[in-house]
Amino acid sequence: MPTTYLDFEKPVADLESKLIELKKLAETTQVDVSEAVARLEDSIIQLRQDTAQNLTRWQRVQLSRHPDRPYTLDYIELMCEEFIELHGDRTVRDDPAMVGGFCNMDGQTVMVIGQQKGRNTKQRQQRNFGMANPEGYRKALRLMLLAQKFNKPIVTLIDTPGAFPGLEAEERGQGEAIARNLKEMFMLKVPVVCVVIGEGASGGALGIAIGDRVLMLENTWYSVISPENCSTILWRSWNFKEQAAEAMKITAKDMQMARLVDGIVEEPLGGAHLDHKTMAETLKKTILGHIKELQQLTPEERINQRIDKFCAMGVFSE
Amino acid sequence: MSWFTRKERGIQTPTEMKREAPDGLWYQCPSCKHVMHSREHKLNAYTCVKCNYHEKIGSEAYFSVLFDEAEYTELDADMISGDPLEFEDTKKYPDRIRDTVKKTGLKDAVRTAYGKMDDIDIVVSCMDFNFIGGSMGSVVGEKIARGIDHALQNRKPFLMISRSGGARMMEAGYSLMQMAKTSAKLALLSEAKLPYISLLTDPTTGGVTASYAMLGDFNIAEPGALIGFAGPRVIRETIGKDLPKGFQSAEFVLEHGFLDFIVDRKDLKDKLASLLRMLQ
Repeated sequence: MPTTYLDFEKPVADLESKLIELKKLAETTQVDVSEAVARLEDSIIQLRQDTAQNLTRWQRVQLSRHPDRPYTLDYIELMCEEFIELHGDRTVRDDPAMVGGFCNMDGQTVMVIGQQKGRNTKQRQQRNFGMANPEGYRKALRLMLLAQKFNKPIVTLIDTPGAFPGLEAEERGQGEAIARNLKEMFMLKVPVVCVVIGEGASGGALGIAIGDRVLMLENTWYSVISPENCSTILWRSWNFKEQAAEAMKITAKDMQMARLVDGIVEEPLGGAHLDHKTMAETLKKTILGHIKELQQLTPEERINQRIDKFCAMGVFSE
Repeated sequence: MSWFTRKERGIQTPTEMKREAPDGLWYQCPSCKHVMHSREHKLNAYTCVKCNYHEKIGSEAYFSVLFDEAEYTELDADMISGDPLEFEDTKKYPDRIRDTVKKTGLKDAVRTAYGKMDDIDIVVSCMDFNFIGGSMGSVVGEKIARGIDHALQNRKPFLMISRSGGARMMEAGYSLMQMAKTSAKLALLSEAKLPYISLLTDPTTGGVTASYAMLGDFNIAEPGALIGFAGPRVIRETIGKDLPKGFQSAEFVLEHGFLDFIVDRKDLKDKLASLLRMLQ
């Protein structure tokens, strides 16, 4: 059972609470309700399917931020047999909003790096809501270069409302840190697979998202700015976030249609938050498949293809 | 009591007798209000002769300041923005582009040109803030990318002059990927060991700071320029406090180690030429 239902999940929530009541009733009265339970379960699935098919862009944004959604460390725990977390950028401090380390995925050593959000108030504060500081991006780059040194593929998991817009972040060069990552990631000799697992906001997301494959989970968004901030700037009010999400076309489907990402990873019915295990299994299989494909290429081929892919993005006429 | 009293009230000169001062003959400094001759202002590289205020000039003026005899060849001059997302906020994006083109006489927020600077061959891409806040969309990314290509093919140094509010929201995901595209090209330029100078001018923020503007072999800035990733308003709202004086100024950024030097626009050409000569 999810802890939270989003507004558009209300009908499902109603049915699910009915189902619980029915099961309780069965226990107390010893009446056989198995047929009714089966019927109810069917209609829940039906309703979930209908909801999933008719999600608006804003509703997908809401799903991408669902408090029960798996975060980077959840995926690492579910996908990897072993994980050795590595800390620090070797200059300033360790940024808890960006995690990473070597892990073992079906016998393959992989460097996994990603933004980390918190599950409760205390954790959220500690993780700074998944908004990394410059040292987070520098830590990520340090780990990527480490992976390259030992010839291990890199997987990045993107889930951030943006790079942190704070005073110290500016002092320590947030812009420079992200810019350097973009440039360096193009030259990485090892395979790089990037997956947007939640929110992919702006430069803060892109700072770890230059890959041979860039994928998005079905209910995520990835764009240059969040719908709320876009609404504030273009409409001068917070209230046009739904329109902003529509106008910017920020969902996985949109981004794939525009060929700005390479693929979509299917989520369990209703969203990743309902079944962490299945989600992680699907993701693991997808990632390993891509790594295997990429390992067939030489480092030069991978770098050239990576550069060519991003250089082809853009629409203009002359 | 006054020496003269006005006998007739109001302006008596008929309209046809009115003499206009030629437009743009005088320039008033917005900072110290000093009035100077426009030619004097131009000869001073568009800086105030009294207080050194650096006027926010565009590509045309920079090209005239930097290229010898103001002679240059422009690249991709006709490239114009598409509307891949059919974007509409309070205005349709193509309408916004059309209106801005009409208003500014520019095709988009960057122009690229090559020519000689103190006899050194150089490629210069320069942003125009007048064009939707110097925002970076597909045209900006592509023109910079091709400027770098030109530098690569002809083994010339590359100068980028940034003045931008950041990404162009009307191109959403496409805009974001221009950060990647320009960084990819700069990685190639770096591999080819060709010099890249990034000049940051007032203001340089957002996605531009987080990509090509901060990737120079030499990051330099004009005095007093606002330089940052997040804008001051956003930071103020995030931390809920007023920002210290001089925060995000070029001098602040230099002090924190992200700039090589600050250069007066009057000395820009000479200093760049000296630097590039040392590398030859």
